[in-house]
Amino acid sequence: MSALLEVRGLRKTYGDRLVLDSVDLDVRAHDVVCLIGSSGSGKSTLLRCLDLLEDVDDGTITLGGVEISDPLVDPREVRKRVGMVFQAYNLFPHLSVLDNCTLAPRRVHGDSRAAAEERALGLLDQFGLAEHARKHPDRLSGGQQQRVALVRALCTGPDLLLLDEITAALDPELVGEVLTIVRDLAAAGTTMVLATHEMAFARDVATKVCFLHQGRILEQGPPDQLFTAPREDRTRQFLARVLPTAG
Amino acid sequence: MTDTSPGSATAAGSAAAWTPSLRELERRAVRRRLRRRSLLVASGLVVLVLLALGVAITSSPGWPNVKELFFSWEHAKAVFPDVLDGFWLNVRLFLICEVVILVLGLLVALARVARSPWLAPVRVLAVVYTDLLRGIPTLLLVLMLGFGMPALGLQGVPISGTFWAGVALVLSYSAYVAEVFRAGIDSVHPSQVASAQALGLSRPQALRFVVVPQAVRRVVPPLLNDFVSLQKDTALVSAVAVFDAVFAARDYAAYNFNYTPYVVVAAFFVVLTVPLARFTDWLQRRWLARERAGQL
Repeated sequence: MSALLEVRGLRKTYGDRLVLDSVDLDVRAHDVVCLIGSSGSGKSTLLRCLDLLEDVDDGTITLGGVEISDPLVDPREVRKRVGMVFQAYNLFPHLSVLDNCTLAPRRVHGDSRAAAEERALGLLDQFGLAEHARKHPDRLSGGQQQRVALVRALCTGPDLLLLDEITAALDPELVGEVLTIVRDLAAAGTTMVLATHEMAFARDVATKVCFLHQGRILEQGPPDQLFTAPREDRTRQFLARVLPTAG
Repeated sequence: MTDTSPGSATAAGSAAAWTPSLRELERRAVRRRLRRRSLLVASGLVVLVLLALGVAITSSPGWPNVKELFFSWEHAKAVFPDVLDGFWLNVRLFLICEVVILVLGLLVALARVARSPWLAPVRVLAVVYTDLLRGIPTLLLVLMLGFGMPALGLQGVPISGTFWAGVALVLSYSAYVAEVFRAGIDSVHPSQVASAQALGLSRPQALRFVVVPQAVRRVVPPLLNDFVSLQKDTALVSAVAVFDAVFAARDYAAYNFNYTPYVVVAAFFVVLTVPLARFTDWLQRRWLARERAGQL
């Protein structure tokens, strides 16, 4: 089976700072790829590159057999197929929850208002947010807002979902409600690449875990292997720091 | 699953060894080509539109008349020294008024956001002031103060028309600028005040060190807008017989039945405002680059 997303030799610099260095990554349909690593290791930048929010400095990104890192590719066409959720929710405060969710389906995908709202309400209901549909995002808790952000990304029916540390800004007791949704999505076969600090979650849900260190994927493998028998010293040190019990 | 960990052999220090791949070189060429093409389209369109406008204007039936009446080189040369002298007054008036307006405007804005009960009268005064002064046409204010105040004949009150015209401009524009500042202050998120107060800062201190600095940056574009407007409105002082650039131009036009001086004055004002606008753009970009570096 060929990969949905193929990254080869990806390189990204900000001025003199090398942020991503020859990153190779394969994501097949229904994969859940977790990117782990300390802050500044390049997880977020990798996700932003995948969504073409950054111009890469070298290497290729191929989505469904088409090289999307080609400057001639319209990023908007790519983003119709890829959903992204940010750490800080980034909901639009001037729109209600429902309008946040129907903005892209209506304006980008050309859905009718009725169809977009029906789909959005269905998803909001599924994730326990139906009662908040008419409220504005600032009225909701962080966990609720992040769930809305997930629904917003799902409303366009993306082939690939990119999640950038979506629980990092949440209170511990709110993390669970968001991760439950991601878990459900994974079980339903949604293809996802997610940067996360939640190791237990990564071990549970991931089909593949990638450990990033100084802009490189130092080690990747199925969670069982990577968490219990990491090959690299750096991975071992990192894991010892984030999950003292696993050492 | 076949997993590889690419290039982990040379984990560090590969920056120097990197050479762009063929694909990357190709991509850069494409980006360059795209950039060149959009540049070409942009400049081509600009030239085309300007050319079309030029042709449309110069081919109109009355153009020779208009050209003689408004764009006569001889008249422009003849009036230039007088306009320059007058314009110097506009510039001085603008520079002095601008500083006073910034200070007064900010004070009025601060008065309006003040919470202390002791400042309640000031707050009421500030509201009345902005409501009233924004409502009066600036020209009327210039006329009333410029002719009215000297006519009072009060001891110790300046009788210079220029002075009172300047005061009128300051009063009118401070009201606008105060509202701009207030909008900026209101736009700073309350959590900023909270975290300043959490550090033990008093409310005035929070305003002074946290809120106002952020507010000022946000309102630079609308402030510039008001100042460009002020630069032009210094021309209103000509209404109270102050010998500024516009008065000089009107004088010349009335004697020679030619309106070229007005165009000359207009050119002076444009030359003054454009660099200011570019400077502010540059300032804004620098702030943005510094504060949003690497953020979403």
